[in-house]
Amino acid sequence: MGSLVYFSSVSENTHRFVKRLGLEELEMAVRRIPLRPADGFLQVDEPYVLVVPTYGGGNEGGAVPRQVRKFLNDERNRSFIRGVIAAGNTNFGAAYCIAGDIIAAKCGVPYLYAFELLGTAQDVTRVRNGLARFWQQQPQNPPRQVPLSA
Amino acid sequence: MSPTGKLKLIDRVSAINWNRLEDEKDLEVWDRLVGNFWLPEKVPVSNDIQSWNTLSEPEKLMTTRVFTGLTLLDTIQGTVGAVSLIPDALTPHEEAVYTNIAFMESVHAKSYSSIFSTLLSTPEIDDAFSWSENSPHLQKKAEIVLEYYRGDEPLKRKVASTMLESFLFYSGFYAPMYWSSRAKLTNTADLIRLIIRDEAVHGYYIGYKYQKGLEQLTQPEQDELKAYTFELLFELYENEAEYTESLYGELGLVDDVKAFLRYNANKALMNLGYEALFPKEDTDVNPAILAALSPNADENHDFFSGSGSSYVIGKAVETEDDDWDF
Repeated sequence: MGSLVYFSSVSENTHRFVKRLGLEELEMAVRRIPLRPADGFLQVDEPYVLVVPTYGGGNEGGAVPRQVRKFLNDERNRSFIRGVIAAGNTNFGAAYCIAGDIIAAKCGVPYLYAFELLGTAQDVTRVRNGLARFWQQQPQNPPRQVPLSA
Repeated sequence: MSPTGKLKLIDRVSAINWNRLEDEKDLEVWDRLVGNFWLPEKVPVSNDIQSWNTLSEPEKLMTTRVFTGLTLLDTIQGTVGAVSLIPDALTPHEEAVYTNIAFMESVHAKSYSSIFSTLLSTPEIDDAFSWSENSPHLQKKAEIVLEYYRGDEPLKRKVASTMLESFLFYSGFYAPMYWSSRAKLTNTADLIRLIIRDEAVHGYYIGYKYQKGLEQLTQPEQDELKAYTFELLFELYENEAEYTESLYGELGLVDDVKAFLRYNANKALMNLGYEALFPKEDTDVNPAILAALSPNADENHDFFSGSGSSYVIGKAVETEDDDWDF
């Protein structure tokens, strides 16, 4: 069974979504990327799906939270990513949930799901069931080979 | 308002030090708002004149009234709403963010005037403004919100303000998205999209500050505010439904607009930290309207539901961030 890694700002929106998934019951480990550099650095050693909020705005700069960029800049962390789920707000037009597009393209992994703000009850059910199925279908694989530079 | 009728001001002001933050969200949102800054002059609304002339009289009337209604809401938010939040602010940086929000609301209000001056004659503009003074549903909406702004309960003020930013605008925002989905008034729609983007940040921030305030309260107090929030939402929704009927009834768009209202009501609640109220089947927005709002929303980002075997790997997106190492 794989795991889940997420980032949530002090607004805790994404945190609340992840909590509602109840992944402990599925024996899926859940890890949070620290809010500030001073809070330490998260190092992962098993495959995970990443859940990130999109920082809203018209331009794409800063759409992926800085702490998430830092986390993915670590080659070992990056080697274990298997998919991405993004949160956002349709009010941001073309930039809606674009953090998912950016990470999926950069890491070459599927963009699994997009939801708005805290997510609805339906989003929670779909993602919970979807993750369970997703990990069942994944081969028990060694770390993916990621090119050193893209 | 204090008994003398003057707006309450904060008692003491210290020089604001942006190098010492109590809540990092203040700087993050300030930067976001400044980065999103725009002025109506940069949108070529005059290119819509030809398109405007293809609309029928009832369509023109609906559109004009929608924009007058939006002007009123933005005026309220600029001159009263955002300003009334300043004395309640928890940090000096929060006060500064509200001044930014207040100014942008005034920019929004002014941008409707630039749409009017492009598309309408002076008597038509005057008629529209006098309609706004006499529309019972529009006036009631304004009155409900203003009452909370004048009241002395800071958190209720934030609830009302978030409702305005994230819910009450959308009976109006529907119209330009509708026209855009039919390839009409597309420049006007571009301008409105900039407003919609701003309101998202405003609603998010004010809702976040509400939740910070809520954390300081006892459980019974929190429960009371939650009950109050849902009551207010129902009161506003009922009025919005009637307002929608008065604007869109003749054009047969009422059901479509109402789904959009409920979708946004859910988002207002989420901005306040509450779970969505209306179930999915009541909030299924017409896909054409959703696509006009966000071209990214109709892409299949639901690999899990398994409707197909393919998933999106992500378009190549140019980012301006230079701190990616790969």
